[in-house]
Amino acid sequence: MSAPLSIVGELTIYRALELKPLILDEVAQRDRPSLDLSGVEEIDTAGVQLLLLAQREAHARGVELQLLSPSAAVREALELLWLSPRLDAPQPSGADA
Amino acid sequence: MNIDQALQTFIAESHELLDDMETALLAVGTAGPDERVESINAVFRAAHTIKGSAGLFGLDHVVGFTHVAESVLDEVRAGRLALDDGLVALLLGCADHMRALVDRIAAGHSEPDAGLQAEGMPLLAALGDRLGREAAPAAEAPAGAAVPAGPGCWHLSVRFGPSVLRNGMDPMSFIRYLGTLGRIVRLITLPDRLPASADMDPECCYLGFEIALEADVDKAAIENVFEFVLDDCELRILPPASRIDEYVALIRALPEEPFRLGEILASCGGVTLHEIRQALQVQDSSRDGPPRRLGDLLVEQGGIQPAVVEAALSQQRKVREAPGRERQSVRVDADKLDSLIDLIGELIIAQASASLAARRTADAELHEAHSTLTALVQAVRDSALQLRMVKIGATFGRFQRVVHDVSREIGKQIDLVISGEDTELDKTVVEKIGDPLTHLVRNAMDHGIEVAELRAARGKPAHGSIRLNAFHDAGSVVIEVEDDGGGLDRERILAKAVERGLVESGRTLSDAEAFGLIFEPGFSTAEQVTNLSGRGVGMDVVKRNIAELRGHVSIASRPGLGTTVTVRLPLTLAIIDGFQVGVGRSVFVVPLEAVEECMEYGGGDGDWIDLRGEVLPLIRLRQLFEIGGAQPPRRNIVVLRQGRDRLGLVVDTLLGEAQTVIKPLSRVFAQAKGISGSSIRGNGDVVLILDVPALVQQSCQRAAHSDSVVA
Repeated sequence: MSAPLSIVGELTIYRALELKPLILDEVAQRDRPSLDLSGVEEIDTAGVQLLLLAQREAHARGVELQLLSPSAAVREALELLWLSPRLDAPQPSGADA
Repeated sequence: MNIDQALQTFIAESHELLDDMETALLAVGTAGPDERVESINAVFRAAHTIKGSAGLFGLDHVVGFTHVAESVLDEVRAGRLALDDGLVALLLGCADHMRALVDRIAAGHSEPDAGLQAEGMPLLAALGDRLGREAAPAAEAPAGAAVPAGPGCWHLSVRFGPSVLRNGMDPMSFIRYLGTLGRIVRLITLPDRLPASADMDPECCYLGFEIALEADVDKAAIENVFEFVLDDCELRILPPASRIDEYVALIRALPEEPFRLGEILASCGGVTLHEIRQALQVQDSSRDGPPRRLGDLLVEQGGIQPAVVEAALSQQRKVREAPGRERQSVRVDADKLDSLIDLIGELIIAQASASLAARRTADAELHEAHSTLTALVQAVRDSALQLRMVKIGATFGRFQRVVHDVSREIGKQIDLVISGEDTELDKTVVEKIGDPLTHLVRNAMDHGIEVAELRAARGKPAHGSIRLNAFHDAGSVVIEVEDDGGGLDRERILAKAVERGLVESGRTLSDAEAFGLIFEPGFSTAEQVTNLSGRGVGMDVVKRNIAELRGHVSIASRPGLGTTVTVRLPLTLAIIDGFQVGVGRSVFVVPLEAVEECMEYGGGDGDWIDLRGEVLPLIRLRQLFEIGGAQPPRRNIVVLRQGRDRLGLVVDTLLGEAQTVIKPLSRVFAQAKGISGSSIRGNGDVVLILDVPALVQQSCQRAAHSDSVVA
């Protein structure tokens, strides 16, 4: 099994067009799609949106997209948007408890 | 959508939900911790949705009753109330009552019925008991779903426009900035508007956010945060302490599905719901429970906003239908299917006669065309029959409830184990097998499984078990009902049978025959009569019902270990692959699945031959049906298999395979043994279809008798 798709540098609107097919390929081709996000230095809403799209596609295939070692920038963005590392909203009850 | 159609949908959905609820309730007992939570949630969801939908139609009595059940379930969900066996039984009773309420609505009475209400009262009282008993500790417990303190939560709904990102603005930065105004109590990112991946433009923004913000600011300050994107986003701000209709208006204005929004708002705005309640002055101060869902409030206020509720209903349906497409299934009227099968039957007969006519010509091309046609007609037949095949799982599943209820009723602990639920059989058969199976299962529970003390004395586990199993075997479907009870008492059955004049005393019977006596009319060995007996259905009716399906029932039992009833049913009632044999001028059809091999008959008068070292009992069709005419010098044996038994059929000629459309025999022939139906050959001749199980049984009986004579 080859290494997960690694995204290095920006995961932003400036590279969204370039990254979309790569990420979707990863999701469409692999049994256990995963993205190595350790090298992401910057992420914006466009980047998060791509991750959400990828996770939705993965779920449509019945698999789970794994986000591997998200960088501080990624973690901060997900936290800001109240998204878990699995990119779903925390369960209301779980979050409240 | 007019209201009648909507009501029909409500009724149908309620039935499905009640089925779900029942299944989930029954699963609770055996489930692991995770599954248990899932089951409880499923039960809650079912009750919640029924209540919600009933509210939309102003069915206040349904709402009222369901509400109480739901409150109890909510307590269970929150872990404040234990879901013990007693509560499961109570909730099952509630599900039944809800079904009765819905059925009454289905019958056209939307008004509450006094009798039904009276039936509901004890349930309500019992539910109230549960609530009341647990209410006191609940008050002390820290509120499970922590309601954020303070009355001042703003609610923001933001939907960013597609060009926001391209214009160099990042929605995340607005949220970050918003965070500086106060505390974001809850934020939900809504990816719902993300289009299909092919259509998704990665440079467009599709996201929306629902935000609960606790901040001591005014509306202008919040709007200022979004100043630069105000033209390019939809921003809706609800001040703290908004009234419910403002929320309703918000839900209506947003593009997402309202019920989902209701949940989102509720989870966003624990405080806001609190505020709603305050504003509405809902004097629900009895318990400081978790915040109730906006969906509930919507429903309870349904009368205020009928238009919104109607809109919500239609949107809800739209959303629900969407995932259905993935399953790609079509509902078809059973009648249409039946008429298709009829037509295919006619097609097969017509095709056979065309082939016959073609065979008389020497036209090779015509022959070839006909063989192609034959193959196609067979394929069409198979796929048409496949359409009627359904899994037996749903039928088996219903017995969970039967076993659960009956075991409580008769005070025995009995588990039901189901296997082979994926086994498929004809829809008609599935529909008609329910009643006989119910009787067999009840009988096994009532008479088969011993009381706990006796089981303990016999060294068996206190829990009795009943196993339902289904599998395919030699062209039929076999359903087994097995219990690990006391087994049948052969001597007592024989004594009873003699007493009732069913058999002559002193006759020697095989075990299978002796046990088979319990299927005779008017036979009952029950010493204790419980309220299950006396329902006017005896085992003889079971046997008759199964025979009507061209099926066959047999019973095996080992004393002290249990009893197995085996029901053997044909895969389909309409068309079979047949094997034709000739005797004199008559033609008979044997189901091809039952044919194991064919061989030449060496002659002789014996009742059996030695087939590779095993005894093969023979039946001569010429003698059986008293067919005249000269016996040809060369005869054949068709070896038939039925379960573990084999039988050799002595016939004159082998005529080969043919598709056989089964036509029922008229009543006149109901008593004819060994024949299960008739068919029409391509040349218009009528042929008889042999009843293999009956023939095998006959040969076994004969073998048993000759044994006893020898002995």
